[in-house]
Amino acid sequence: MSVRRSLGAAAILAMVALHVPAAGAAEAEPAADIWHMVRTSLFGNRPISEQSEGVVELDAPARAEDAATVPIAIRTKLPQNPERYVRRIYLVIDRNPSPVGATFTFTPESGRADLETRVRIEEYTNVRAIAEVSDGSLYMATRYVKASGGCSAPAGKDQAAAAARLGKMKLKLDEAAVPGKPVQAQLMISHPNNSGMAMDQLTRLYTPPHFVRRIEVTYAGRPVLTAEVDFTISENPNFRFYFVPRGEGELKAEVVDTDDLKFESSIAVRREGAGS
Amino acid sequence: MNRPNRKSAALFRLGPALLALACLCGPAPAAPADEVALQVREIAPGIFVHPGRQEDSSAANLGDIANLGFVVGGRCVAVIDTGGSLAVGRELREAVRRVTPLPVCYVINTHVHPDHIFGNAAFAADAPVYVGHQRLPAAMAARGRNYRNALERDFGTAAAGSEIVPPTLTVRDTLDLDLGDRVLQLRAWPTAHTDNDLTVFDPRTGTLWLSDLLFVRRIPVVDGSLKGWLVAIEQIQRLQPKRVIAGHGEAGAAWREALAEQARYLNLLLAEVRQAIREKKTLQQAVDTVGLAERERWLLFDGFHRRNVTAAYAELEWED
Repeated sequence: MSVRRSLGAAAILAMVALHVPAAGAAEAEPAADIWHMVRTSLFGNRPISEQSEGVVELDAPARAEDAATVPIAIRTKLPQNPERYVRRIYLVIDRNPSPVGATFTFTPESGRADLETRVRIEEYTNVRAIAEVSDGSLYMATRYVKASGGCSAPAGKDQAAAAARLGKMKLKLDEAAVPGKPVQAQLMISHPNNSGMAMDQLTRLYTPPHFVRRIEVTYAGRPVLTAEVDFTISENPNFRFYFVPRGEGELKAEVVDTDDLKFESSIAVRREGAGS
Repeated sequence: MNRPNRKSAALFRLGPALLALACLCGPAPAAPADEVALQVREIAPGIFVHPGRQEDSSAANLGDIANLGFVVGGRCVAVIDTGGSLAVGRELREAVRRVTPLPVCYVINTHVHPDHIFGNAAFAADAPVYVGHQRLPAAMAARGRNYRNALERDFGTAAAGSEIVPPTLTVRDTLDLDLGDRVLQLRAWPTAHTDNDLTVFDPRTGTLWLSDLLFVRRIPVVDGSLKGWLVAIEQIQRLQPKRVIAGHGEAGAAWREALAEQARYLNLLLAEVRQAIREKKTLQQAVDTVGLAERERWLLFDGFHRRNVTAAYAELEWED
């Protein structure tokens, strides 16, 4: 069952119903209200600690140089011990059309619940990473990001090229694999990740939404990262994450998009680095 | 800020439908008191150019930052780019009126960027044919709402009436526009500066309007494809125009040197970002290190260079 889809979608529907889609109504609707609604729909009245230094940190540029490709890094501080580990991270971008942009689910097999990706930023906004620890406690790190002016827009740069390469994937290790030690891997997915919010001027039809919605990464058959995402993630979604190799095993990524197209990629992980 | 608030909420509800309507909502902003008429210079017989300021777009300059102009034929006038706001577009229209009584039959947009298109609505009363690259409508659809919001944020009430006006005639490959005794040759380029770059050549004077395929002194902005732009530059280098008009800055007689300088920067970006990717540097690490020595060579480096590194990285990481 998808926590994100049930809670996140409810939040988005609430936004749309109230016309609080960030970009357009920024001045009319204080950002605090958007966050309050998202917070309530995701977490109810559960306390969220903003003293998050020992649990989760968020790196995001103060100014989004390219609003279509804003690099963010979520770094966690808990070792992923089965007794107490970061179970889930929610990525919330208050003033985006879909504020709950992603949820990432981790396991002790993840080794570290860190994640790097790139997002679209529609407007000046708070970006939040909320970590849910396995004991149920919540911690939030927040960064304010200014979207650049001028020609910067969250849309893609070469829309035809992005569509032509749809579904191509790359999965690779960033460093040599040492058994028992968390190793960083990178998953690249070629996909336009269209929001469906742009209208074709000639046909007067909206481009149908078409984006990656779910990613499951397993190592030796056991989950290390599950992501529920939407068009908040930049064109050609890109993720850096960790897992703990043990001897030999297969690292495998399965991706599903909104058209139910499925893509997968895998690599054999050996003791001294990655094969392909 | 009350009026823009309500407008922006309405804008979202109606969504991109508004983009197509191009209505002139609300009164035009009054020109600042110290404003003089928009200056144009006749650089060749019948070719008039207004040099945009080498600044970032702001409430102070109302988006008058790109080179704009018009070409006068025997029958009518073609406007080439309209500036970053309705106010600039209106001044450009007045500049046309000072030069000729002939009607404006074409408004050509060289690409989607706001400093080139937001004056389009100023010419609505002339009922011109709006002309753009085949991919311009899609780019306007994808970016228009965001551009409008940024304009309201940055210009406040002075953004009123600056609407997205999509082309009514698009160019897939090449297209000739007859102005009467003068035929302009339009060429749609594969993805380079953007995915919707259009150039205009006037054979009568040998003038090639490159627009943002060439930045002079101002840092080039990669918003399409770095590799595609370098290919386009090679093709431009083989052309033999008598003169060239850049999108920003004055190309003048030394346009080949300016084009080579731009190619040098883009090639450096290509080489350094490729190396960063090979060294498994992350996007952020590349942004923090690549090309910083270029800072002294370009205007507005701080505003756009890191963005260029970001775009280059996202393009080049798919290479191997």
